[in-house]
Amino acid sequence: MVTAFDTGVRADTARSVAETVTDPELPMLTLADLGVLRDVETPEPGRVIVTVTPTYSGCPAISEMRADLHRTLTEAGYTRVEVRTALDPPWTTDWISDAGRRKLAEHGIAPPGRAPHTQQGPVPLTLGPPRRHAHCPNCGSEATDELSEFSATACKALRRCRSCSEPFEHMKEI
Amino acid sequence: MSFDNAYEALVADHAEGDARWAFGTGFDDPLAGVDTAVPSGVDGDDLAAYCLMLGDDALILSHRLTEWCTRAHELEDEVALANIALDLLGQARMLLARAGQTDGTGRSEDELAYFRDENRFRNVRLAELPGGDFGRTIAQLLVFSTWKLAEFSRLSRSRDPVLAAIAAKGVKELTYHRDYAARWAVRLGDGTDHSHERMQRGLDEVWPLVAELFTAHAVQRRVVDAGVGVDPAELRDEFDDVLGQVLEPAGLRRPEVAPMGRVADRAGRDGVHTEHLGYLLAEMQSLARAHPEATW
Repeated sequence: MVTAFDTGVRADTARSVAETVTDPELPMLTLADLGVLRDVETPEPGRVIVTVTPTYSGCPAISEMRADLHRTLTEAGYTRVEVRTALDPPWTTDWISDAGRRKLAEHGIAPPGRAPHTQQGPVPLTLGPPRRHAHCPNCGSEATDELSEFSATACKALRRCRSCSEPFEHMKEI
Repeated sequence: MSFDNAYEALVADHAEGDARWAFGTGFDDPLAGVDTAVPSGVDGDDLAAYCLMLGDDALILSHRLTEWCTRAHELEDEVALANIALDLLGQARMLLARAGQTDGTGRSEDELAYFRDENRFRNVRLAELPGGDFGRTIAQLLVFSTWKLAEFSRLSRSRDPVLAAIAAKGVKELTYHRDYAARWAVRLGDGTDHSHERMQRGLDEVWPLVAELFTAHAVQRRVVDAGVGVDPAELRDEFDDVLGQVLEPAGLRRPEVAPMGRVADRAGRDGVHTEHLGYLLAEMQSLARAHPEATW
């Protein structure tokens, strides 16, 4: 017989296992740090339902993330693992944890600022250079310029530091 | 651990069957685990046809933009165009998967992308316009993303929760795409005489395909009535307003050209395309058709 106590304990355990899975493209971050891991449920012993959300529509890492979660939970002894996708609400960089932001900066990627508000009516056009600020993760300078809003992965922009002249990536706010 | 090549690293440590994610078909379902019920009062065939229209718009423009890989004038723009193409491909995958679910055929995104002939594609003809000239690509992307952002902003309130979620996610991406195209249009339009002339020419070449964007197909009218779709005619004011905000500082003129003709009142949404789509599909589909069911 399964009691609420049993399932509660198992949910905690399953969650802590799922929280160890890292991002395939930013391996210093866990999926939990990234805010991609949305929910872990254990409706009955041995069974676990994990819900993830993609960062960008075309993120090629999502199927890799699903496979990693599946494998890690299976290895931890869960016999029935289901990984579900939730598209709503859409992922936002505001879900990246403080630990995740710290780890990004430690690895040379400037963490995102606050995501823009979703507002009623037409989305405003931004013709000027984006007014985002990012500290250089190498020397800490605030004097940095954006070179491109697009970089090696969909989630990052490319910047350059005017103080130390090093280029660096910045996780852009969405 | 060292590898002789990048592909070995990608397949290392992967269980049998999930080793293909980065370089081939056999992706898993982009809507896995999403509740895919069709909302009450909505015709599944209409919803599927509508999803095909939206999915084909994204798929075909995505393919066009990837043609710039290894050909753009500088690395930053090559990366930008590839990123935009990837976002559009992601939108296309979800929309095609949704189409296959709701028409009852159970066709996968791959079957829809690789095994339909030209006259079964429902994209607007703007998406298939060839690249080759950066000014024309920027004009195409500016017009497309301005129109599509206006459409997806409204579609995020669709009664179909799957379409609404795909659109809400797409809005964030299209905002970046539109800003990128708009900044380049201003930079080229307000640049040298030569860049101005090339940007204006690009706009002139794209403009005959603009009228089609705002012409509702019968399927679109029915999904609007069912509360799941957006009437394209509603988008014209926002489109004109945003284009004005770009053309004015760019010093570009709004072209006054006749719309490209329709064939017996049929165009892209009816499967009637320009001659360019066939060549695009030949390249996109030939491998999958030569080796159906192949996995690698």
